[in-house]
Amino acid sequence: MSAVLAGIIFVILTGLISLFIRDGKNCTRFGAAGIIAGFIPVVIVAVNVLCSGAAISLRIPWQVPYGSFYVEIDSLSALFLMAIAVSCSAAAIYGCGYMISYKDRRLGVPTFFFNMLAAGMAMVVMARNGVLFLVAWEIMSLASYFLVTFDDEHESVRQAGWIYIVATHIGTAFLMAFFVMVGKYNGTLDFDRIGVFGREASVLFMLALVGFGTKAGIMPLHVWLPEAHPAAPSHISAVMSGVMIKMGIYGIIRTISIMPGVELWWGWLLIWLGIISGILGILFALAQHDIKRMLAYSSVENIGIILIGLGLGIIGIASGSNVLVIFGFAGALLHTINHSLFKSLLFMGAGAVAHSTGTRKMDLLGGLIKGMPKTAMVFVIGAAAICGIPPLNGFFGEFLLYYGSFAAILSDGVRMAVPTITAIAALALIGGLALAAFTKVFGIVFLGQARTAEAANAKEAHWEMIAAMWIPAGLCLAVGIAAPLLLPTIVRIVLQITPAVSGDISTAVSSANTIFWPVVISSLSFVVLAVTIAIFRRRLLRDRTVAQSVTWDCGYAAPTSRIQYTASSFSQPIVSMFRDILAWRFKTKRITELFPLQAQFESHTPDISSEYIYRPVFKWIDKFMGKMRWVQYGIVQVYVLYIAITLLILLMWKLK
Amino acid sequence: MINFAMILQPVLGIVLAPMLLGVINRVKANFAGRRGQPVLQPYYDLRRLLHKGVVYSSTTSWIFKAMPVICLSAVLLTVFIVPIGCDKTLLGFNGDLILVAYLLGLMRFFLVIGALDTGSSFEGMGASREVQFSALAEPALFIALAAMARQTSSISFSGIFSAITPAVWTSNCATLLLAAAAMIIVLLAENARIPVDDPNTHLELTMIHEVMALDNSGPDLAFIMYGAALKLWIFAAILVGIIVPCGAMSLWLSMPIAVAAIFVVAILTGIVESCMARLRLIYVPHLLFAAIALAILSLVFALRN
Repeated sequence: MSAVLAGIIFVILTGLISLFIRDGKNCTRFGAAGIIAGFIPVVIVAVNVLCSGAAISLRIPWQVPYGSFYVEIDSLSALFLMAIAVSCSAAAIYGCGYMISYKDRRLGVPTFFFNMLAAGMAMVVMARNGVLFLVAWEIMSLASYFLVTFDDEHESVRQAGWIYIVATHIGTAFLMAFFVMVGKYNGTLDFDRIGVFGREASVLFMLALVGFGTKAGIMPLHVWLPEAHPAAPSHISAVMSGVMIKMGIYGIIRTISIMPGVELWWGWLLIWLGIISGILGILFALAQHDIKRMLAYSSVENIGIILIGLGLGIIGIASGSNVLVIFGFAGALLHTINHSLFKSLLFMGAGAVAHSTGTRKMDLLGGLIKGMPKTAMVFVIGAAAICGIPPLNGFFGEFLLYYGSFAAILSDGVRMAVPTITAIAALALIGGLALAAFTKVFGIVFLGQARTAEAANAKEAHWEMIAAMWIPAGLCLAVGIAAPLLLPTIVRIVLQITPAVSGDISTAVSSANTIFWPVVISSLSFVVLAVTIAIFRRRLLRDRTVAQSVTWDCGYAAPTSRIQYTASSFSQPIVSMFRDILAWRFKTKRITELFPLQAQFESHTPDISSEYIYRPVFKWIDKFMGKMRWVQYGIVQVYVLYIAITLLILLMWKLK
Repeated sequence: MINFAMILQPVLGIVLAPMLLGVINRVKANFAGRRGQPVLQPYYDLRRLLHKGVVYSSTTSWIFKAMPVICLSAVLLTVFIVPIGCDKTLLGFNGDLILVAYLLGLMRFFLVIGALDTGSSFEGMGASREVQFSALAEPALFIALAAMARQTSSISFSGIFSAITPAVWTSNCATLLLAAAAMIIVLLAENARIPVDDPNTHLELTMIHEVMALDNSGPDLAFIMYGAALKLWIFAAILVGIIVPCGAMSLWLSMPIAVAAIFVVAILTGIVESCMARLRLIYVPHLLFAAIALAILSLVFALRN
């Protein structure tokens, strides 16, 4: 344990030192080296814990009321630590190349906050005391706020930062309420001594769900994601979307594992939230024009898939279905890890594109595979993985969720069948729409002809960015092959976090442990088939003419790249099919002449929850607060008086 | 253990699949009062294409060249999984129906990005429609499979197919019929058949599948055509598997019957294509919603027992 803490302190220290390094390039490199070196002992210990299954812990008393410095690494923490280490290291290396264009600025500050973010997230998954947890949680949230607002000379970035910090603190407020109530019942906030939740267990669960759900980006608490992710530098978006929002998922899982029992309706709630997040998330993703905004909405969708898994697991606990418990939670955990890999990769790829072309608008790009073949290579791996395409890692998490749902339909009664069928139908629809969304992103941005001069002249990304992107890309491939070996570990984690499972669980466990082998055999057969067919084609074409020509243009003499299908036109049929839900709006000029010289079409998809829920609410609050302005004098003495009066009233209330 | 039937089963699909297209074309020709092309015409087409060179558009990249190979490998793999009147296949396992659906997803992913690689608006249109319709066909397929899984207490194709007996038909015909109806719609949609798509018209603005392969030539086009034939074979095999009660027969009876039934499906497809017009594109989602509704109904009946 001391090695892990030393590693984390090392990360923070290198961050502090980088504040004093003047040269921008060396500064980011120093910070990245600190992260990698600091996380090496963390990864070693985490692997050790995952292999042995035995948790390690350290508890030091603290003067803070209810507080103690109590940290522990069990298998669940170790799994998330691995994801944090991989994602942060890759992003740090990427940052070295990405930040070169900002080298006239002092890069010590973002480097410092990046290291703080990494250390904060590591502490979040290790903390076993409510106060320590909240401290780590705030370090993580504040560090990421300063990173989101790195480009603060832009109005839109400041606005995004503002939305983010308000959202994250609303979430923290709910978590504080959660811990205060828990502390009231138990007299302590050490996680291992919390056991009493009273009759308000459901209230507590809801508090935790809102608090953690805001960070995770559950619809309709997701509004900060599509604002903050495009605003932040790309390696920051990669870390935020890859692992930071997963801290919300971690929190929900940890809450479930601490709670002595669960209610059936919690599972239903999670499934429905998951379905809403999943379907609406991917539909909004389809409707976006900005590549990073689209990826942010896709994160909402994937959080939805994870929630469906958690919901199935909770329903499994509540109704004693072992299959659902194992497959639901294992699927959710595996998808969490998988998503941390491919979403980091995709954000880094999107960053490379924005960096080389100066725009994030998909309709202005195209044909980048020629200028940026290496970025295109990793991006297509990420896009295929996030669609759940078989030989890659994304398939395995979704497979577990499907398999668990199917198995539950067979073995359990009708009561079990309704949630699982809902899950199957939603997962199928989400999967189909995700395929549409990611073929669109890859196809429109990287394939076809360049739509603008910037896209045509795009240069390959810096080698550090390419190298960094290959870390998650390689892991996407590796997890796809090694999934059968990883699954028993994940199943063991599930058994540790769900002590309430009833009956004989060994059959579900053994079926889970062997389920991936035939899939991997099929994947390998696929590779063999593909290689054979490729060789066959090469032999066929050996002595034949392989000619180059233009794309078939129907005899039209002067095709331009503007004739191509755009991102908006590609997704238009689906978006307009769901236009009642999406509030999709378009403006177009009616064509009246026979040979029109120009035409115009403009489409726009505002976020329904920020448009129809938050905007009116915050407007109302603003109006109300405006009326309260008479209490604000701006004189310090008056504020001291306010504090004194408040204290007096509280005292009187207490003594009453 | 590997037995003769397990070897024969993929060979049947690999050899006979193109003939399905020949049969459909022959039926359509007969309905139109023509004599029609030979049933073996697809084989001649494939041979001719395999003997040609290729032309690549200068817009395209390696994605376009990899696409036919990957699409064909993905669909070939499913042929080794879905049984034809037998109880085991080489690569079948518990949960294989999820893998098959996702392998078809792999095929679609590459077909779509291969189409977008050409930078042609025709191919873009086809790709856009393909992803739209298949996103709606996916839930119908999964719910219908879930209904069959519930009905037969099995999560593999071989388990589901071998549990279909005349006794199941007499007691649960509603489930089977509704699932089959949903599967027929999915089959027509996924294989780009009328009323969803018209495989005969090249270069019409209404095209889906054919237009995505507009710029492919030579062996690449042969791979795509052959892949499409195999995909039709797979869907027909799934449909036959949940309708024809092969579970009660011996292997040497059930295999020929299943193959014959697959060709009956091809004939029916030809009849549908001859009797119907293609739907307007905006009405295709309605058809697919109907498939989802049928599949859900089927599941409701399956839950009763």
